[in-house]
Amino acid sequence: MEFPTTFFGWVFFLVQRYYKDFLRGLGVTLELAVIGTVLGCILGFIVGMIRSLPIDKGSSKPWQFFVRVLQIIAAVYVEVIRATPLMVQAMVLYYGTMSIWGIDIWSFHAGIMVMSVHIGAYMSESVRGAIGGIDPGQMEGGQAIGMSYGQIMFHVIMPQVFRNLIPQIGNTFVSAIKDTSVLNVIAVTELYFAARTITGTYYKFFETYIIISVIYFVLTFTVSRILKLLEKRLKGPENYELVKEETEEA
Amino acid sequence: MSEPILQVNHLEKSFGSHEVLKDIHFEVRRGEVISVLGSSGSGKSTLLRCINMLEMPSGGEIIFEGKPVSYRPKDKNHFRSRVGMVFQSFNLFANMSVYRNCMIGAQIVNKRSKEEADALTMKYLKAVGMSEFRNALPAQLSGGMKQRVAIARALCMEPSLLLFDEPTSALDPEMVGEVLDVIQDLARSGMTMVIVTHEMMFAKDISSRVIFMDKGVIVEEGEPRQLFENPQQERTKEFLSRYRR
Ligand SMILES: Nc1ncnc2c1ncn2[C@@H]1O[C@H](COP(=O)(O)OP(=O)(O)OP(=O)(O)O)[C@@H](O)[C@H]1O
Ligand SMILES: [Mg+2]
Repeated sequence: MEFPTTFFGWVFFLVQRYYKDFLRGLGVTLELAVIGTVLGCILGFIVGMIRSLPIDKGSSKPWQFFVRVLQIIAAVYVEVIRATPLMVQAMVLYYGTMSIWGIDIWSFHAGIMVMSVHIGAYMSESVRGAIGGIDPGQMEGGQAIGMSYGQIMFHVIMPQVFRNLIPQIGNTFVSAIKDTSVLNVIAVTELYFAARTITGTYYKFFETYIIISVIYFVLTFTVSRILKLLEKRLKGPENYELVKEETEEA
Repeated sequence: MSEPILQVNHLEKSFGSHEVLKDIHFEVRRGEVISVLGSSGSGKSTLLRCINMLEMPSGGEIIFEGKPVSYRPKDKNHFRSRVGMVFQSFNLFANMSVYRNCMIGAQIVNKRSKEEADALTMKYLKAVGMSEFRNALPAQLSGGMKQRVAIARALCMEPSLLLFDEPTSALDPEMVGEVLDVIQDLARSGMTMVIVTHEMMFAKDISSRVIFMDKGVIVEEGEPRQLFENPQQERTKEFLSRYRR
């Protein structure tokens, strides 16, 4: 068998020979990024809301205590995750579940868990900031008509928070695509892992990593463009129509 | 005289060591319009916020329709659904149309059916002259329009008492009139109101009683003509003279 002699020759050769593996890796990377971002955002919204709960002096003592405890747990979670590298978190979760509970979780599931927990911690901080950034008058406007805290959060505050965080969620997704590469340390067969496997046969490191660089770039670049378009769409109409007064019914 | 809706008994409020309200004592009877006057920092907003439970009083008691109010979250929300509040800064829900702003309280707090809530919303939006703008978002309206919607939103709760905290202070001068007209209409319809305002002519015109506050105490209280034309206290005279130039 003849081997290529030039750089582009090798790139072409590797793509031709391993395109299925690259695509499979790409698929896993996308899956991890999408599921991780969705679950991470859900977790982040829940944790961010818990950390923003005011303690109402008029509420019952057990409830106040419960909220305090919940807030401490949430704070510890966020601080620990933000102070440790993603790669280490992956190792701890993967080998931790194995040695402590004797559960041998599939590394893909471990990967999803790590991504979600990681994204959740960062997202919760953004959510907390966004809630704090809403004009307190919005809360008071709701209180003044007797809406409960939960009703105000659901109908007034969180829709505004969500809208303000759409760009942030997009950025998180784009970062997640790149961050999944560290999950190769727990043998998740994402794109980087695929590349690492491929280099094992021909030792063409530079060529292989150039290929996945291009894939990462095209992927994140298109995703960010699509998100920009979506953002514009979600902004909604800038104008309203005056409603013509219908004549009095008989 | 009709029965009192609201009684404020020896109300106290401190922020840390700063005593903002001291032994505030007054009552509001059904159908009365009470204006609260006083210089900046005298505690007028704090008084309204204590009545509406946006602030927790440090002492004293508030009696609404014969019963002392309770600060348990559920009772608090119920009380607030009976007592409307209109803010200087409007506080309309930024993510909702004018229509939704008015509907939501009737629907989810007062548990009205969609048809009933719609009827109330349209009735009060018409009353404040804003029904044509029902699809607009608050950000698309002028200050005067926002304040009229805020009044409609409060009315849709069918409150037995309405509190106004300087409803025209954030408005450009040419918009003050349209909001005062709406409040005037409400007064004519018999709505019970407590209005904090710096609009002296308006207060004199509309009120059944005027309260003058200074440094956290009620200095003087009386019929508008008596208080404006023949104030008894030095501090009241001094305050009023600053408005008559
Ligand atoms: N949340 C708070 N924390 C600390 N001090 C406060 C707070 N709210 C009000 N105060 C103080 O209470 C005093 C009375 O304030 P308040 O807003 O009730 O006055 P006001 O009569 O409404 O004045 P204005 O005419 O300017 O609206 C002020 O000295 C203010 O600094
Ligand atoms: Mg004030």
